[in-house]
Amino acid sequence: MDFGNIFASALGEMFSPTTAAYALAALGLAVHFGYSGLLNFGQAGFMAVGAYGFAVSTLTFGVPFFVALLIAIVCATLFALLLGIPTLRLRADYLAIVTIASAEIVRYIVTTNQLTAVTGSANGLAAFEGGFYSMNPFPEGSYLGMNNRDFFIRIVGWGVVIICCILVWLLMRSPWGRVLKGIREDENAVRSLGKNVYAYKMQALIIGGVLGALAGMIFTLPRGAVQPANYGTELTFFLWTCLLLGGMATVLGPVIGAMMFWVVLSLTQSILYGLIESGAITWLTTAQAGQLRYILVGVALMLLMIFRPQGVFGNKKELAFA
Amino acid sequence: MSTSSEHTTDTGVDFMTDSRPIAVGEALPGCKKRDPIVVAENVTRSFGGINAVDVDYLEIPRHKITALIGPNGAGKTTLFNLLTGFDTPNSGTWTFEGKSLAGVSSYKVARMGMVRTFQLTKVMGKLTVMENMRLGAANQPGESLGKALFKNIWGGREKEITAQAEVLLEKFKLDAKTDDYAASLSGGQRKLLEMARSLMVQPKLVMLDEPMAGVNPALTQSLLDHIKNLKADGMTVLFVEHDMHMVRHIADWVVVMAEGKVVAEGPPGEVMKNPAVIDAYLGAHHDVDLGDAEGIRELEAELEANDESVVGTEDAGIIGVETVTGQPHSRTEKDTP
Repeated sequence: MDFGNIFASALGEMFSPTTAAYALAALGLAVHFGYSGLLNFGQAGFMAVGAYGFAVSTLTFGVPFFVALLIAIVCATLFALLLGIPTLRLRADYLAIVTIASAEIVRYIVTTNQLTAVTGSANGLAAFEGGFYSMNPFPEGSYLGMNNRDFFIRIVGWGVVIICCILVWLLMRSPWGRVLKGIREDENAVRSLGKNVYAYKMQALIIGGVLGALAGMIFTLPRGAVQPANYGTELTFFLWTCLLLGGMATVLGPVIGAMMFWVVLSLTQSILYGLIESGAITWLTTAQAGQLRYILVGVALMLLMIFRPQGVFGNKKELAFA
Repeated sequence: MSTSSEHTTDTGVDFMTDSRPIAVGEALPGCKKRDPIVVAENVTRSFGGINAVDVDYLEIPRHKITALIGPNGAGKTTLFNLLTGFDTPNSGTWTFEGKSLAGVSSYKVARMGMVRTFQLTKVMGKLTVMENMRLGAANQPGESLGKALFKNIWGGREKEITAQAEVLLEKFKLDAKTDDYAASLSGGQRKLLEMARSLMVQPKLVMLDEPMAGVNPALTQSLLDHIKNLKADGMTVLFVEHDMHMVRHIADWVVVMAEGKVVAEGPPGEVMKNPAVIDAYLGAHHDVDLGDAEGIRELEAELEANDESVVGTEDAGIIGVETVTGQPHSRTEKDTP
């Protein structure tokens, strides 16, 4: 086994655009659940809305990149309103049920054969990223071992993550964030102090949803394709894993959590494959090893919940009174 | 309201020593007040056929401390919920300072100046005591999303709020706990925090649901003084309490509820002697568990009720319904046949 290679690829995963997308979507979940107590089990749906909103408006309507970006954000806002208006007056559990169902509804709608002309059905859409890469300021060449396209998407992806982290941090230290945290703890008490709880929850749902939509775009741009299979329920649960790994009511937690998630996946895969190829493990095929690493992530999450339940960045003091 | 012209005469009156009569005429259930802040008319709320609240007419006097008493299940907390918009009555009208509150959501009621606390204390456990207090403050521009990003807009108001909170925390003996998580407070301290937080709103009417439950006796006295002093600041207080000592000590007016209805009203001294009150607390056996004790407890309750030397003294608090259905004397549960 070449450990140098293994660590290099793990490090590469750490800063891949997919990790940036996971970090951003998990940050959205932190706004939803960590700060506001909204149980959103449909973050994959928000990502799909963002990705398809962008891809469809580019391909079907031929709008420029930034208009498509705006359309995607507006779509995510409408999706959040659609989910929130009937459910935010109810208990948190109902939002969880509605979001998990609506994320699936989004996925089934874009898979529908009747919409093949617009959404590409199960095959999805491709070739919509031209507008993005045409803005690439980097001339062709090698940047840290990457070509200029890969380098550009990483810079943009992580740039967006950093900007969003700063915005979320600024929001959460403000009195607005304090009201949200109060709602997370006890919304009736906040109501009794004269705050419009419903409006705050809606704002939080929209902000987290827009972060999810941005993540969907960052997820889909380097692939050059958007496919419904990518936005299944398991994506949502991977995002939750990232959030729990990092710490729920923190800004950096989801980012670090997403990095850890992908590093662990990458390391376990490389090591298992290496062991299988070198003949050290004979009772496992490489296909099985691919499955096994998700089991290992699950085990890692369980260990974390037992021994460091607040996540890597979480505040132990907050958890002492859970 | 015909009393609106009299509001002006209130200016310049020291509310602590104001001894003008509260009621217009005789103190009967549903009587008119000289200067009401809350008026409720025909307010009813039923839960599955049981009339939890059925109030024909009730006025809460302004700048006074009104106690709402009655046995468990009398509808006191439900009435609180109805008045503050946390629950919707089946029928009726109710106004706060002459403005109808029908269909007004609870947060708007609070903004109008009618702030409540909860029987089951609600503090934000994972926020510090100071953050809990700041949360109560009104008019913080930073609480709107558009301005939240810019600290220069809300920083100044935040300092005012913090100063206001520090004064209140000191009054309520919580100043040592400022930076602790509210979840680390004891039950009594949480009651205090909730009360202090409700005062951060600077309300006109404070509604306290069992403010003394779980607060240690040493602190009770100073708390009672705080509540009394709220009057000096021009506030009106309405509270639910089972502790008759407290009721007698600070209330200017007592409203007695039983089975959802207002059965008596009046100054504390007179209400305690009222046969309807004694009946509500002791004689109406609907909440005395007779099934397994073969009427012994009922008999004991009757004896307590007949003992007029107890009713109407400071000991009256111990003959609340809970005590009667428990063991009034030193016997334990197992000894009961």
